Amino acid sequence: MGAYTPHTPQEISQMLERIGVGSLEELLAVSPEIAPKAPLDVVPAMPEYQIQRRMKALAARNRADDYASFLGAGAYRHYAPPAIAALAMRGEFLTAYTPYQAEVSQGYLQAIYEWQSYICLLTGMEIANASVYDGATALAEGSIMAINATGRKRLLVSRAVDPRYRAVLHTYCGGLDVEVDEIAVGADGRTDGASVRAAIEAKTYAAVVLQSPNFFGVIDEIDPQLRASIESSGTVPIAVISEAISLGALRSPAQWGAQIVVGEAQSFGVALAYGGPYVGFIASTGEHMRRIPGRLVGRSLDNRGQEAYTLTLQAREQHIRREKATSNICTNQAHCALIATIYLALMGASGLRDVAGLNLERSRELATAVSSVPGVSLRFDVPFFNEIVVRVGNGAEVLAALQKHGVLGGVDLGRFYPEYADSILMTATELTSTGDIAKLTAALREVVHVAAVR
Amino acid sequence: MSQPSANSSAPTLIFETGAPGRATEYVERSRPHTEYLPQELLRTELPLPDNNELDVVRHFTQLSQRTFGIDLGFYPLGSCTMKYNPRVNDAMASLPGFSELHPYTPDDLAQGSLAVMYELERSLSSVFGMAAFSLNPSAGAHAELAALLVAKKYFKDRGESKRTKVIVPDTAHGTNPASAAMCGFKVISIPSDARGRVSVEEIEKVLGDDTAVCMMTNPNTLGLFEDHIAEIAAAVHRVGGLMYYDGANANAIMGNVRPGDMGFDLMHLNTHKTFTIPHGGGGAGHGPLGVAAHLVDFLPTPVVRAIPDGKSGLRRAPSDGMRFELDFDRPKSIGPMRSFWSNFAHAVRALSYLYANGAEGLKSVSQLAVLNANYLRVGVSEFLSTPYPEICRHEFVASAQDLKKETGVRALDIAKALLDRGYMAPTVYFPLIVPECLMMEPTETESKETLDIFIEALREIVETAKSDPQSIMAAPVRTVVGRIDETRAARQPDLRWRQSG
Amino acid sequence: MNIPSDLLYSKEHEWAKVNGEIATIGITDFAQGSLGDITFVELPKVGAVVEQFSNVGVIESVKTVSDLYTPLGGEIVEVNTAVDGDPAALNNDPYGSGWLIKIKLSDKAQTQQLLDAAAYADIAHD
Repeated sequence: MGAYTPHTPQEISQMLERIGVGSLEELLAVSPEIAPKAPLDVVPAMPEYQIQRRMKALAARNRADDYASFLGAGAYRHYAPPAIAALAMRGEFLTAYTPYQAEVSQGYLQAIYEWQSYICLLTGMEIANASVYDGATALAEGSIMAINATGRKRLLVSRAVDPRYRAVLHTYCGGLDVEVDEIAVGADGRTDGASVRAAIEAKTYAAVVLQSPNFFGVIDEIDPQLRASIESSGTVPIAVISEAISLGALRSPAQWGAQIVVGEAQSFGVALAYGGPYVGFIASTGEHMRRIPGRLVGRSLDNRGQEAYTLTLQAREQHIRREKATSNICTNQAHCALIATIYLALMGASGLRDVAGLNLERSRELATAVSSVPGVSLRFDVPFFNEIVVRVGNGAEVLAALQKHGVLGGVDLGRFYPEYADSILMTATELTSTGDIAKLTAALREVVHVAAVR
Repeated sequence: MSQPSANSSAPTLIFETGAPGRATEYVERSRPHTEYLPQELLRTELPLPDNNELDVVRHFTQLSQRTFGIDLGFYPLGSCTMKYNPRVNDAMASLPGFSELHPYTPDDLAQGSLAVMYELERSLSSVFGMAAFSLNPSAGAHAELAALLVAKKYFKDRGESKRTKVIVPDTAHGTNPASAAMCGFKVISIPSDARGRVSVEEIEKVLGDDTAVCMMTNPNTLGLFEDHIAEIAAAVHRVGGLMYYDGANANAIMGNVRPGDMGFDLMHLNTHKTFTIPHGGGGAGHGPLGVAAHLVDFLPTPVVRAIPDGKSGLRRAPSDGMRFELDFDRPKSIGPMRSFWSNFAHAVRALSYLYANGAEGLKSVSQLAVLNANYLRVGVSEFLSTPYPEICRHEFVASAQDLKKETGVRALDIAKALLDRGYMAPTVYFPLIVPECLMMEPTETESKETLDIFIEALREIVETAKSDPQSIMAAPVRTVVGRIDETRAARQPDLRWRQSG
Repeated sequence: MNIPSDLLYSKEHEWAKVNGEIATIGITDFAQGSLGDITFVELPKVGAVVEQFSNVGVIESVKTVSDLYTPLGGEIVEVNTAVDGDPAALNNDPYGSGWLIKIKLSDKAQTQQLLDAAAYADIAHD
């Protein structure tokens, strides 16, 4: 019997009789030519205590918890108050479907309306959707918006945008027959403005994509002059935000000229969970409203004159437009968006500002500490948020050596940028302790020394 | 009634509550940001409300009470497989060893998570008869897109770029044509026959050397098994096309028939349906993509590679005796579909469900899902027309067309009347080919009593529709809000809160 | 249902009123009734040259979406921007303030392929 099925043998007989079929096998009969040839090869059923035992044993094979970690690069360890899980794991939220029946989904709809509002307030944009899969897919979908808005089939993307986001954009563009050109990163770690200006002159690009803080942690805005050139070329400026906590400190992308803002909200209370589920967001100025993909929740009135929420502008979506839809997106990441909304509600402006400030503080502590180590230096000397590029000699080797000292030192940049194979991307958040930094620094002293004599 | 009472008022929008400085302090106060960055890079205003934890807890608890989930009552939403979500799955996904693991953790420190992904991948491959699965796609529609990108790349690799057409039956989910369009394919829609199935003749009419993929759902969205599937697959393969299985309805087939044996080359699975991952109000989903052997090289990156660890010991599960790596170096791959490797927490949930059932359990799940659907169909057919009166699989469609003619009461009205009676409504107006359609999927986790009581509730609604149609057309009246002015919502979009004043 | 006798009609439920070289085009009363409450209209750009019966825009209602086909070919000389702010005009006054585009005709003979009111009345039902 299935593990969660309530049927007694008598009930099964009664039900078969009512249907007029002799057996369950008869009910599901298929022609022998397509019947399974071999029994299914899966582990035998276990009672619940054994499931727990086995899963705990598997979880124990992950051995990262004792390490001082400086991993970030698009997924961030931040403090999440337990109240988030207590609320989000309520069965009403957890076991609801997409709120098609608005009358019995007012609570979830209101929460998503609040999420859309939070994203607008943080990004400075006019509208935001109910979420998409993650930051990378948000970039792909946001780029499609710009392609549809301009009728141009080329994208200009900074190499300082998260390489995984760019890889996903390439995957999507393989289907859309859209070309993606990349802009070089300057010696200061910022997108090279002159290259952007030269590239957009021909007015062939649908969008120019920048990330700020960029993959190197560097604040990488469009300057006012370039902004004017981009606007006059009819190119849509897209901003990527992969560390959402930065929005608690930095001015909004709207202020430096973005028309579409896409990003990842994992930092707002969503578990790292080895990469997912996370939650992407797409926000834009009002003129792109009809092109924004995915669900949108709107506020209206009911037939009793009360304020009420409902999914709206659904005629854009796949279940109505089918092959003419703005996107094939069906699900959003409602539950992760709910978690992020609860996080923002708990933190408030004060808390978000403090968390952002502590990230600024700890990452500067980190920068000062590592650059005191002989043979170690910071690659870029420009304003950054909570990540730094640290030159160590050979990134991959130093990371492997640090691991032996109980330190996960960061991400090897050579993995994505051959020219930066001497560097590591290190992240500090409010959870990075002075002890962690001391442990890293001590290990670096030994490791970089070891690497140098080799 | 499990509905909240009609007179409970909506919680005030979070933005209209609180007071500056009222927020609970979870972290230390930070120094001014100007100590770290120049003023011109900094935000001058952050108009988010400060609320104390208790206020926030009440706010979201009240919102939850205005939300209907499976935990509150029967949820017969067709095509969505709203079955019970076992809590042990969530508990396992929340184990700190899993939930706190960073995606860039070196492989040697992430062996447990990699083992979970490997075991799930191997098990799904066996249950659905595929050579391999990718756990990369984030949801069903995302996997469809990945599958069509795989097909596109496969044909390009073979020098068959002239294959530009994707065949989609008229009963297909809307995501199928939308996904095809995102890959630049031309969508060819084909009609169902009088039996509600795709006929070999209709398929053959549109097949040719420009055929890329034929996308099918089996059982289809009418809940009917496509009994000519082997011939259809053979015909598509004869012209060099690929068969794609939309796994939205996989809850009907486990242990009974496998897409691989039916002739499908590609498939996706909605583990948030079939493998009891909570829908969470519309996501996050999880959409593993399965392929036959000739397409494995094209799967999204990364894939989990297993290497025997050379140690002896008891081997009970696929991951025993193996060590694992994430493999990114796959030259023919379409590339990654998302930021990181997988919706990993959902892979844990799906594997936990698999552990609870085993092969026999999965088979029983599908049998009882089909049993429940047929029992409900027979009951409902006493007072609503069922356009395809034969044995169905996991779901079936009824039509309110006759009732509408007689009383003016439509499928939508019945749906709303069910809300008043403490039920979620069935899927209405889908599939598009059935007028006044009500599509019901009870799932295997509902008991005979629940179905019996539901049938009587529906019967009472239909009878009331005949005696007092206005009362049904006025429904819902017991819910916290009544029917919503959707025209106003769309003509004057109010999609966010704004500071007034 | 209102089917004015002085207009020409397409099988896709659009109407055209020809005045010299210029045709005004909109959707019929039947079309607006079938779509329900119209919420958004996407129209071509002025200056675009379009072929007869080609897809020139999109009409969204609360629950569905429909392509707009032009019954006559030529150059778009004017679009009704007022329906942007007031899509209800298509429901309330489809032959008047709910008009959609004006086209400078490329070939007046194309009108012969359209229906008159009587012929259209035969097809304008469920």
